[in-house]
Amino acid sequence: MLKLYDTELMSRLLLGTAQYPSPATLMDAIKASGTKIVTVSLRREMAGGKSGDGFWSLIRSLGTHVLPNTAGCHSVKEAVLTAQMARDVFGTDWIKLEIIGNHDTLQPDVFALVEAARVLSEDGFNVFPYTTDDLIVAERLLDAGCKVLMPWCAPIGSALGPLNLHALRSLRAHFPDVTMIVDAGLGRPSHAVTVMELGFDAILLNTAVAKAGDPVAMARAFATAVDAGYTAFHAGMLEPRDVAVPSTPVIGRAVFT
Amino acid sequence: MKLIVNGEPHDVSARLLDGLLAELEFDGEWLATAVNGELVRPRERPTCHLSEGDRVEILTPRQGG
Repeated sequence: MLKLYDTELMSRLLLGTAQYPSPATLMDAIKASGTKIVTVSLRREMAGGKSGDGFWSLIRSLGTHVLPNTAGCHSVKEAVLTAQMARDVFGTDWIKLEIIGNHDTLQPDVFALVEAARVLSEDGFNVFPYTTDDLIVAERLLDAGCKVLMPWCAPIGSALGPLNLHALRSLRAHFPDVTMIVDAGLGRPSHAVTVMELGFDAILLNTAVAKAGDPVAMARAFATAVDAGYTAFHAGMLEPRDVAVPSTPVIGRAVFT
Repeated sequence: MKLIVNGEPHDVSARLLDGLLAELEFDGEWLATAVNGELVRPRERPTCHLSEGDRVEILTPRQGG
C-alpha cells in the first residue's frame, strides 16, 4: 500500500487534470489509470461566471482524493496564501507545494520551498513538495515537517524522462523509509518503469497522458508500467554482468563429435 | 469605491466582501477569497470590510498538474 501521511492507497499513480482535449477524455483517462489521487489547482474566477463549479463537480463525482497545487507561485507568501485558499475550497490539508524559481526551466526555488514547507507544516498542512533530486534539499524538507517528497526527474512537461539516475538512486538509498513520488518530466511508460524499478513509491503524471494521441490508452499504459516497475523492484532484479551466461544447462548436453 | 478584483479595476458600491461577490455576480459555490494577500473564509465575508484600493482575489477550482 502507498502511504501518504495517514492515508493508504492501492494505486501508485497520481494524475494531473490539465491539458486534456475534453472533460470527457479527462474523466475516461482518470478511470483508465486507476488512480486514487488527482491534482487540481485554483485560478481566478471570472465575474458572472461559474466555471469552477462544473470542473469541480466532475472531479467530485469520481470519488478520488484531490491534491491541490500551488502551481505558478513564485514566493513563499504566494504559495502559503494559495495553500490556505485551497484548503478552504477543497477541504483537504494536502498541498502539492510548488514554488517556481525560473520561468524557462520551471525549476523549483528550493530555498523558498523549504521555508514555505515549514510554514505550512506548522499550520497543519500535509505538504507534498515538488523538489529537485538534491539530497540536502530533501533533508531540509524532511526537517521542515514533510513526510513525503516529490523529486523531479526532468523539467515539467519536458517528457525527457529520468536525467540523473545516480541522483535518484542516491535519494532512495539515503531515505529508504520516506515516501517518494517522482513528479514531473516523465514522457513514456518506460520512464515510469525505470523510476519504479529504482524503488520509488509512486509517480505523478500529467502532460505525458493528457497530450498523448490517445490519453485514455496512455493512462492505462502508465498504470501498467507503474505496476511492472514496482513489482520488479520488489521481486529482486538480476544485476547486469559483463559476460554471457548460458540459460540452458550445460551439463548433460549431447556431444556429436 | 475603486477596487482591484482579480487584477482588474472595478468601481463598486459594495462595502463588504459578500456584497462585492453579489454585485459582481460571482455565483459559484466553490470560491476562495483573499483581500490584500490575506485569506478570507466564507463565514468571514459578511463582516469583511473593504476599503478604497483593496486588492481582492476570487479563485475557483481548475485543472492542475
